[in-house]
Amino acid sequence: MIFKPELLASPTPIFLATLAVSLWLAGTLLVPVLARRPVWLVRSAFLVATLGSALAAVGGAWAVAAAGAETVVLPVGIPELPFHLRLDPLSGFFLVVIGVLGFFISIYSLGYVRGIAERRPVGGLVFFFLLFLAGMGLVVLADDAFLFLVAWEGMTVSSYFLVVFEHEQTANQKAGFLYLLMAHVGAITILLAFGVMAAFATGLTSFEGYAFDAMRRADVSPGWATAAFLLALFGFGLKAGIVPLHVWLPEAHPVAPSNVSALMSGVMIKTAIYGILRVTFDLLAAIPWWWGALVLALGLVSALMGVLYALMQHDLKRLLAYHSVENIGIILIGIGLGMTFHAFDLPELAALGLIAGLYHTLNHALFKGLLFLGAGAVHHATHTREMEALGGLIHRMPWTAALFLVGCISISALPPFNGFVSEWLTYQAFLLSPSLPSTLLNVLVPIGAAGLALTSALAAACFVKAFGITFLGQPRSRHAQNVSEVGVTMRIGMVGLALACLLLGIFPATMIEWLDAIPREFVGAGIAESASSHGWLWLTPIAPERASYSGTIVFLGIGAIIGLTWFALHGRRHRAPRRGPAWDCGFEKMTPRMQYTATSFSMPIRVFFGALFKIRERSSPMHVHRHAAFPERVSYSLHVEDRFWGWIYKPVSDAVFWISRLTAKIQGGRIQVYLIYSFLTILVLLIFGR
Amino acid sequence: MNAFLPYVLTIAQAALLLLLAPFMVGWVRLVKARLQNRRGAGPLQPYRDIRKLFAKEAVVAENASWIFRFTPYLVFGVTVLAGAIVPILAVDLPLAPVADVIALVAIFALARFFIALAGLDIGTAFGGMGSSREMTIASLAEPAMLMAIFAASLITQSTSLSTMVAEIHKGVLLKPSFAFALLAFVLIALAENGRIPVDNPATHLELTMIHEAMILEYSGRHLAMIEWAGMMKLMLFSLLGIALFAPWGIAGATDAGSVAFAFVVMAAKLLLAATALPILETGLAKLRFFRVSEFLGVAFLLSTLAILSHFILER
Repeated sequence: MIFKPELLASPTPIFLATLAVSLWLAGTLLVPVLARRPVWLVRSAFLVATLGSALAAVGGAWAVAAAGAETVVLPVGIPELPFHLRLDPLSGFFLVVIGVLGFFISIYSLGYVRGIAERRPVGGLVFFFLLFLAGMGLVVLADDAFLFLVAWEGMTVSSYFLVVFEHEQTANQKAGFLYLLMAHVGAITILLAFGVMAAFATGLTSFEGYAFDAMRRADVSPGWATAAFLLALFGFGLKAGIVPLHVWLPEAHPVAPSNVSALMSGVMIKTAIYGILRVTFDLLAAIPWWWGALVLALGLVSALMGVLYALMQHDLKRLLAYHSVENIGIILIGIGLGMTFHAFDLPELAALGLIAGLYHTLNHALFKGLLFLGAGAVHHATHTREMEALGGLIHRMPWTAALFLVGCISISALPPFNGFVSEWLTYQAFLLSPSLPSTLLNVLVPIGAAGLALTSALAAACFVKAFGITFLGQPRSRHAQNVSEVGVTMRIGMVGLALACLLLGIFPATMIEWLDAIPREFVGAGIAESASSHGWLWLTPIAPERASYSGTIVFLGIGAIIGLTWFALHGRRHRAPRRGPAWDCGFEKMTPRMQYTATSFSMPIRVFFGALFKIRERSSPMHVHRHAAFPERVSYSLHVEDRFWGWIYKPVSDAVFWISRLTAKIQGGRIQVYLIYSFLTILVLLIFGR
Repeated sequence: MNAFLPYVLTIAQAALLLLLAPFMVGWVRLVKARLQNRRGAGPLQPYRDIRKLFAKEAVVAENASWIFRFTPYLVFGVTVLAGAIVPILAVDLPLAPVADVIALVAIFALARFFIALAGLDIGTAFGGMGSSREMTIASLAEPAMLMAIFAASLITQSTSLSTMVAEIHKGVLLKPSFAFALLAFVLIALAENGRIPVDNPATHLELTMIHEAMILEYSGRHLAMIEWAGMMKLMLFSLLGIALFAPWGIAGATDAGSVAFAFVVMAAKLLLAATALPILETGLAKLRFFRVSEFLGVAFLLSTLAILSHFILER
């Protein structure tokens, strides 16, 4: 950015955005300066992060509202290809996601990282946190493949260092390595996808084709466009955690510090959604219908498998990580529907699908951020992520419990919170499938809607479990007994996200009016005119006779009836309820160990969907004294594993080892053999390399 | 007067739901008792039960949190709100556009979410068992439910109940897809309301309880609200079925005469449903919990057939 003083007086969106990125980058300099004063480092660095995030959010929101594109060319980069930056509504929207989440997570981190600083040095955490934010910001701002990949790698590498922050634990190292490995496989295919497009833009003789603008103008032949799309989908899908490319996600996300998990699950995987949208709708632009159908199918599989595996987890953060797989699936369902409608030239319907996906992107960022921050608060207070060791936290951590509950209701797609709005929009998009001119799609697409219904119902079951086992009931171990509520900054961060979840749930029409610039940019139509045709109170995506919803009235209506009922019952002769021991059908000797656990709660679902999991269950009686039918102790072990390891990854890693062993055979260790190799090589070169 | 009529009707709908739901449940119990060669307690017994429970002192377990005390109010509030949305007497009432039929299903899911949490709140084994089973059944029933609704809404090209009622009025009856969807809806309504063969509302054996196990710890006014909301839910599901599959007689909110006629027709249809339900229940045996998936699988299959036959036979 070429800095001009007058920009401060009348800033433009892209100026705010670049200022935000510069602030994040400049914040990293605080780390060496304040290395010996960790408390001050945490305070100042996260304040800088908060400020930068606020700027990014404002700049992004402004860019979406302004509905135009601004570009800036920086005088750095490689010859023929300086860094291009561009801020259009799509980048602006994702910048809002980064900024809003970054803002509240940074506030939360003020307290959270300070807690970590009491145990260990946090310089690395602070440094890479800021670098991570800057990397994500640059990914959505980049307007050429080179800067995009530099930012993408910066994001990957800094998040890798954040994942292995507690590197002394072997599990973290393994998770980090897996993440780094898979992220790079993905980066390679993204690079190849850009290469294909650049080749059609200017040929392979110059770097100019790597500017996104050249790719936009390029006329890619259908076959190569498909190749570029599939390569990009693979690369971005790896980052997003689409099934079956998701296996790194539930390993890497939980082991990072919780503020980082919130950023990774809430924001980073969304940059992959950004990438998919950018490549398909913007750079390639001509979309055959089966791309949309493929994205839709992948989304459905991810959503269903994600939630089913999430139900089997009893590590709170791992459970949340699997739900990220699920929600990426739901986002892709919306986008896939949008792509399909777009391919058949149904612009309004395409806009509806696209908005459903984008709305869910923002929603998922908010509630998943909130849930990870809540899980971080639980971990901070109890020092465990194991749900089977928790219970009853609602009495000792009332704030965290209430805020976590908001996240649970939102992610379960229950009104009046935000998750419901985006899923409702997705259902509406599904129900428009009769407009498609293909009987096969007409029949199959509504069945996909049933998949989404199953997903959201299972998600509700999963979050009854997550909240109920962690926060309700009685403490299952000493971890959950002597805990106290977390500090005020951590609470503020969570309160902000919870409020955002509610606001997006009760003012959807206003949100959609703002979002409308993005489908207008790419599919040439919007839904805002019909969606808010009856004012901000009513959401009517296609037409009011077709479907309508008012989150505001649902919220106020339920509130009013609850208030009236309460008032009626607590009028003249109110008696406070008496407290007594639990009834439990007269059973008196109840202990906390007799409660349902996370594993037992999801047992029926494990039985019904057993074929999808790799289950190893063993129980054997121990200490049999009197009779075999009455053992005094029973040993029970249960392992539920991801089938995809065995189906895909094990064969690949076996093949790699097999090839390595084969090639190792030529390395016999005898010097004479090596001399023969050299001799033969020279001979071959002399014959063919003249 | 006519300008106020829609608002009066909205309140009247919610009031009717509150007042008539116990009678409907009382009637179901009476018919069931007669079918079992018992005399039964008369259709007014649920009113006495509710009055008794409201008069009684509420006892709350020592370690109950606010979730436990808040849930009855929420469940009650959600159910009454749904009564103002579902067309009972007339379509196009002012609150009808608040939620379409998908949102209505989700609003019921909100109530269930909180009841399931309340079941886990005390930390008893029965409560957890009930919550786990309820959420499992719900997660299998909900997709089938939405599929049945989708079948109806693909035909009427709408998910708004008022439009659907109007469209079906125009005479889209006697289509194979409707028959399949109706069958599926009946099966799901049985599961959602905890009726035989999925759950037994009259059970006294804790190990077979599902819904009752979650609310075991409730007493006094809290229990009264939950029981009352359960009765309203049964009536609402009947009304939803009527609105989706047999809406004849529901008025446009224009004049008092047609509304009175709509009330009489609605009462007759409800009475029919409340007589058919116990006959159906008496003829069935309760399923083992792990076979419920097969029952709901059939419902899902039927609603899928409804959608398939709509596209293959009816276009």
